[in-house]
Amino acid sequence: MTPSPTPGQPCRKQSTQRDLDPHLHRYAQRTAGMTASEIRALFAVASRPEVVSLAGGMPYLPALPLDSLADELAQMIATDGMTALQYGSAQGTAELRERICELMALEGIRAHADDVTVTVGSQMALDMVTRIFCDPGDVVLAEAPSYVGALTTFASYQAQVVQVPMDDDGLIPDELSAALCSLRAQGRTPKFLYTIPNFHNPAGVTLAVPRRGEILRLCAEHQVLVVEDNPYGLLGFEGQIYPAMRAADPDNVVYLGSFSKTFAPGLRVGWALAPHAVREKLVLAAESATLCPPTFTQFVVARYLTAHDWKGQIKTYQEAYRIRRDAMLEALAHYLPPGCRWTHPAGGFYVWLTVPEGLDTKAMLPRAVTQRVAYVPGTAFYAESDRSPAGRMMRLSFCYPTPDRITEGVRRLATVLDNELELQRTFGSLRPRTVFGSQSPSPDTA
Amino acid sequence: MTDRTVAVLAGGLSHERDVSLRSGRRLSSSLRDTGLYVEEWDVDAKLLSRINSSRPDAVVIALHGGAGENGAVQSVLEMLGVPYVGADPRACRRAWDKPTAKDELARAGLSTPEWITLPHATFRDLGAQDVLDALVARLGLPLILKPPQGGSALGLHLVREVAELPGAIVGCLAYGDSVLAEGFVEGIEVAVTVLDGPDGPQALPAVEIDATSGFYDYAARYIAGLATFHAPARLDSAAAAAVADLAVNAHRILGLRDVSRTDMVVTPDGVAQFLEVNVAPGLTETSLLPMAIESTGAHLGTIYATLIEGAIARSLR
Repeated sequence: MTPSPTPGQPCRKQSTQRDLDPHLHRYAQRTAGMTASEIRALFAVASRPEVVSLAGGMPYLPALPLDSLADELAQMIATDGMTALQYGSAQGTAELRERICELMALEGIRAHADDVTVTVGSQMALDMVTRIFCDPGDVVLAEAPSYVGALTTFASYQAQVVQVPMDDDGLIPDELSAALCSLRAQGRTPKFLYTIPNFHNPAGVTLAVPRRGEILRLCAEHQVLVVEDNPYGLLGFEGQIYPAMRAADPDNVVYLGSFSKTFAPGLRVGWALAPHAVREKLVLAAESATLCPPTFTQFVVARYLTAHDWKGQIKTYQEAYRIRRDAMLEALAHYLPPGCRWTHPAGGFYVWLTVPEGLDTKAMLPRAVTQRVAYVPGTAFYAESDRSPAGRMMRLSFCYPTPDRITEGVRRLATVLDNELELQRTFGSLRPRTVFGSQSPSPDTA
Repeated sequence: MTDRTVAVLAGGLSHERDVSLRSGRRLSSSLRDTGLYVEEWDVDAKLLSRINSSRPDAVVIALHGGAGENGAVQSVLEMLGVPYVGADPRACRRAWDKPTAKDELARAGLSTPEWITLPHATFRDLGAQDVLDALVARLGLPLILKPPQGGSALGLHLVREVAELPGAIVGCLAYGDSVLAEGFVEGIEVAVTVLDGPDGPQALPAVEIDATSGFYDYAARYIAGLATFHAPARLDSAAAAAVADLAVNAHRILGLRDVSRTDMVVTPDGVAQFLEVNVAPGLTETSLLPMAIESTGAHLGTIYATLIEGAIARSLR
């Protein structure tokens, strides 16, 4: 007989059935992909300081002048606290929307503050756009690869994502045309094209200016809305600023912006600039989601844009990221084995690395974690994770670690690749692809 | 008991950090329910200075994988003279290395699926195809591949076809330098917790795992809907006794202490076959050890508080 764990206490004889989650049968179908994975578990280690994380896209906040920001913040609370700590408009404060329009003018956008909706980060704007346009089964076009946070949003609304190839000049118009024609032949019209034209996440490339007009023309011809996501546009390392697609086609582009990369992500302030009718829907959707975006952080950003040398701060960021980009490119060239290739970003946070034929970046992630280096496997950036050639790719972030740490991280990564190549030599072409299920990394790696 | 200060070690740098943090949180909360003062400590380079400055009355190791199960942290605690719950370093090392544990238990007459341990160098030096052919000829298919060390089924593969074998081996080798290949045994998978008590080690009711895929891998452990659990296991009395005996014998033979969890398969003819043993079992909301304790009507915190008192008393002898 099985003993009781405490003397004198009887055992229960009746076997009871347990499930990991007693609420499982209640969840909506759209939660089907929201599951645990080995990949997510491994990223728990990546947050430790012993690990050189080339995974997360965290801005380099030590570049911010915290002392002067603290003074400005204190002053703002003293003068505007009663308003800043109160509920606000669902569309966002008028002052911040005015400042946002001034900022967007740098990219050639002429907009009225009435058409701006402030959101809780541009991620919320993306969620709202998807919410108002997509029914389950609707098609969304995106680049291949694309931002993992966008793919998870599309999945949560049960949209079907069709990804269109890119090259070093960004999204390829001929491929987009082919995708549009193929969908049209199937009787399907995508709800929108989601694109990151500048310093792409994760690919690190920028959409060539001549292609922008071509893509806008194709989308207009096929009656497909364009959602232009531009969090990195002001972070060109040479100070270059590309014309926004929204500037060329105000009636068919929803522009998403963010202060997460140019100021600080903890504030969670982003926005959407949309054609007027779309803006009406966006505000109503945003109101149902959050009532209003945080008034306090809107006041913080508005004050930052009026009282602080924010253009100087962007230059500081540009320089910090340029130094880190250079450190990463130099280390990649020095340490990585033959057969690797990578993009050379002119701005932003990311390098897109392709490893030699036969290697699988998701399968080798445990070895990387053992070597104390982390990256995001390429499959995270594809809606269909087994889609070739995602398995050979990875995203490397250079935004946060110091240049020395970046060099050390790449050196460790090279050791991992050397080990994998030895396995490849041992097992040759017998080796199949993935060993994990499809999963995205956690938000801090997005 | 309320004067006691307990440090729960969780997290660390192993591949199982995520699960360990959840174990630590659950255990700490349960121990606080008993009136103990509990601190949760992540294990890093400050551990020794933290122990020396805080001097907890006892430590509970909720670290999974690596230093928490291979005896390393236990050795440090011995060195510092801090009482801790669980097996001593030597026993940890024997349990941690699955081939070592299987070998010791097989030599003691316990049933365990036939196994072969192969380092990467063997495949490289002798030719992968020849070694794979020999492996399949010896163990047959299907077979299980897993890293010889580690838990949470990370790197675990069920191989049904020869074509799957190279990829599964490479997947395993991402977690270490060797592969443990084991014959797959059809049957009911159960986990049996053993607690040391005044009368020696005693088994709690077995927890039965019913994985929908027939295979209790990482996904089945942590994705709801891929497995259901029955506590106590739906075994007849003879099989229930067999699994309890196997777990207690494994605990004794390997020299384990305080608590262990043995995973095994019960074959259709009622034979219990040892798979592996854990010296720092998972304690999360979905882990097997807490299910076993709850099936008896007992409380996780009370059980561990008793083990803590035992560890403190042991240190005073």
